[in-house]
Amino acid sequence: MSFINYASREINCKIVYYGPGLCGKTTNLQFVYQKTAPEAKGKMISLATETERTLFFDFLPLALGEIRGFKTRFHLYTVPGQVFYDASRKLILKGVDGVVFVADSQEERMDANIESVENLRINLAEQGYDLDKIPYVVQYNKRDLPNVVSVEELRRELNPTNVPDFEACATTGEGVFETLKAIAKQILFDLKKGK
Amino acid sequence: MSNPQLIMYDEEFKQINAVIEKLLREANAKVIFLVDKNGQLITGCGETERFDTTSLASLTAGNIAATGGLAKLIGEKEFSILFHEGEKDNLHISIVAGRVILVVLFDTRSSLGLVRLRVKKASEELSAIFGRLLQKSEEKEKSGDSEFPFAEITDDDIDNLFS
Repeated sequence: MSFINYASREINCKIVYYGPGLCGKTTNLQFVYQKTAPEAKGKMISLATETERTLFFDFLPLALGEIRGFKTRFHLYTVPGQVFYDASRKLILKGVDGVVFVADSQEERMDANIESVENLRINLAEQGYDLDKIPYVVQYNKRDLPNVVSVEELRRELNPTNVPDFEACATTGEGVFETLKAIAKQILFDLKKGK
Repeated sequence: MSNPQLIMYDEEFKQINAVIEKLLREANAKVIFLVDKNGQLITGCGETERFDTTSLASLTAGNIAATGGLAKLIGEKEFSILFHEGEKDNLHISIVAGRVILVVLFDTRSSLGLVRLRVKKASEELSAIFGRLLQKSEEKEKSGDSEFPFAEITDDDIDNLFS
């Protein structure tokens, strides 16, 4: 849950990037990190293995600016995508305000995407969240690769509830900020409703 | 939901800072942080400018979450105290009121025994303050008296954040 501090006039929100292994969650954060002005970002932390696979999480704090006199901070986290790190994924979802599901558009990763969305729903439910009720956006990543599934099909399989979705290529940054902006917007509007 | 939203008000913020500043002196500590279990820094005192407090908060919460997961695997509710010993500096991490994390960084000018003793007393005081804080925000929510700053937020406000 977001943390509202009237004393220091700050609002902190937590966004989690979820998705199957090697879908580009860390790459999303790295691009955001590269393109954000130094004064608006903190250090990016990656708890990864020697082969740069995420072991526990990546963390990127962003201070985007003020809304109505309140400093608005977003803490971006990724989960480890590999199936056997499920215990760690559950922990990172604690206190989440919004989720970005990063799908790998390649044909051969379709099953992994579907499995990961189901896993997200189950793990959220364990924490008392309903995926259909929290801020949620979907990103179809790796659109630049040759063997990709059509967006229509991805949408049918991974986004049946029709939440905002975006095509992306996280390595070049296409779609990365659009995705982040969309989830931030949903979170702030949810806050407005006083959820 | 397991944890209601944490809302901090001026009055309690001052009380909390007073407690950790006292703890800093009495435990001869270098730095003290209070972190939300979700990884958000609530406040800190001591030589805070020497540290990347945001990262520290996030990693501490990750640490508590991971050891909490371990605890459950062996049938414990949680491990309420963690201690990390370094060559010069040590970290004493404990859970207060079930939802906030108290981090005390200390060196050879203090000792684990002293820190544990002082932390115990400060924890009781902090628990009471957080109890009141929770009650207060629940009451405010019930009475509909929320001075929530985002009630009037517009699309433009949000777009401006990204410009």
